[in-house]
Amino acid sequence: MISKKDVQYIAHLARISLSENEQETLAKDLEGIVKYVGKLQELDTKAVEPTTHVLPINNVFREDVVRPSLTQEEALANAPAKEAGSFKVPQVIE
Amino acid sequence: MSTTVEKQFETVIGLEVHLQFHTKTKIFCGCANDFGRDPNSHTCPVCLGLPGTLPVLNKVALQYAVKVGLALNCKINPYIKFDRKNYYYPDLPKGYQISQYDLPIAQHGFLMIPTESGPKKIGIFRAHMEEDAGKLIHDGQTQSSLVDYNRTGTPLLEIVSDPDLRSPQEAYDYLQTLKLILQYLDVSDCDMEKGSLRCDANVSLRRCGEKEFGTKAEVKNMNSFRAVKAALEYEELRQSKMILSGERVVQETRLWSEEKGMTFSMRSKEEAHDYRYFPEPDLVPFTLTEKNIDDVRRTLPELPQEKFQRLQSQYEISAYDTQIIIQDPALAAFLEECVAVGGVAVKKVCNWIIGPLQQETNTRKVKFDQLKLAPKNLMDLISKVEGGVVSNLVGKDILKMILDSGKTAEQIIQENGLAQVSDDGTLDKVIDEIISQSDSVVQQIKEGKESALGFLVGQVMKKTQGKANPKKAGELIRRRLSP
Ligand SMILES: [Zn+2]
Repeated sequence: MISKKDVQYIAHLARISLSENEQETLAKDLEGIVKYVGKLQELDTKAVEPTTHVLPINNVFREDVVRPSLTQEEALANAPAKEAGSFKVPQVIE
Repeated sequence: MSTTVEKQFETVIGLEVHLQFHTKTKIFCGCANDFGRDPNSHTCPVCLGLPGTLPVLNKVALQYAVKVGLALNCKINPYIKFDRKNYYYPDLPKGYQISQYDLPIAQHGFLMIPTESGPKKIGIFRAHMEEDAGKLIHDGQTQSSLVDYNRTGTPLLEIVSDPDLRSPQEAYDYLQTLKLILQYLDVSDCDMEKGSLRCDANVSLRRCGEKEFGTKAEVKNMNSFRAVKAALEYEELRQSKMILSGERVVQETRLWSEEKGMTFSMRSKEEAHDYRYFPEPDLVPFTLTEKNIDDVRRTLPELPQEKFQRLQSQYEISAYDTQIIIQDPALAAFLEECVAVGGVAVKKVCNWIIGPLQQETNTRKVKFDQLKLAPKNLMDLISKVEGGVVSNLVGKDILKMILDSGKTAEQIIQENGLAQVSDDGTLDKVIDEIISQSDSVVQQIKEGKESALGFLVGQVMKKTQGKANPKKAGELIRRRLSP
């Protein structure tokens, strides 16, 4: 059972704000999704190795070779706020 | 440590060390791994977490991780994967950190630390790879924070110890031992001030004899090993006071304040401990065969403990000297090169390296391997001092000149006329003069006061600007004054 409180908690972790209406709709949607995936619980997986990835590919590497980076201007091009070559964000207190 | 803590409680400490690898590039992109530059000048769409980009693992970062794992006697996992650790903070552009959750690169290792009652084994619980976050600069005046993403994506290895440490001093010794191993491996700058080595500590108390662990506090924000020790000592005291007064220790993160010498509760991040780990779908898993692991094993250098034992038995130098020599791999290598040149007792070479040479390194504020000194050149100098060509004192000056100019000891002695005066004629003249001016001292010597002789030798050295052979001068004075 997914409650409105669960939705609020997840929304907070993701830092998104949801209206009352959205919270109710999402609670229902999430409930459906969890139930749907829950179907898998019915399978007997005792003899199945845990899978972490579905592709039959391993070991994709990059050599330790420097490639050009973006310039500071390019990096900051889409920043809503910037200052002194940096991204400017609302104050976070440590 | 307070006596209260000593008597009633046992301290339990586990350390988490974050190590930045000094690879050329970041862990998942080709940006230069060099963040001391202009803010946001070393980023790309991958490390900025722009949509549609894919991380690709740096091969050398994985090799370094295996190297550290092997040096810490860990089991290297043959199959590893990466996971997303989700949390929201502005220094993390993607909203998650790529880390390793249940299949880390290395597990179940150990290292040996020195204690008063002999070597103690400290377990390494695990070591896992992850990416570093960016840097936040807090600006109190404008109510805003500035973010620099240059550091984002720097390869990190988090090394987690078992809770085997029983005192702040043991924690300190563990860090020293670990750092030296890491320096030998040459995978990181290991500079705590620059943040390439960072340490968080978990600390709890339990009554002596109890099996269960007490509630732990996680302490952060220490920027030196000394600070780690001080913060742990503070926590020992704080927690013991709480328990003794019947209060409950709460599980929390605390920040060490260097200025105040105290730890403070950091309530703000408490809620953020729901990381919702899941496998990183953008990176495929990695397999390590026995051969892969052996290939890395072959690149392991002689480690500090092995070097200590070998140097001590091979050259018959004291444990004290050996301990100093192995603190810097460059120093140990230099000693061995000197020994290979030969001609001087190893003990003498050691004294020169530990004494005058270390002193020069300190006053010049350089690392040992930055000194311009050929082993042959130092050995020639020591031979000249030992052979009485120059005095010990002048020898030290010549060493300075060698380091300044790169010239040989022989050249410097020739050019500056520094050769020691040992011939009787010249010394006699000087001694005559000094004896005639030092009636009372001469009287003391005649009465058998040995230390007075040293004073006169000192006068001779002064008069000859350190060039007299002190042994010879002493002999001549004694002969002159003997009845
Ligand atoms: Zn990048």
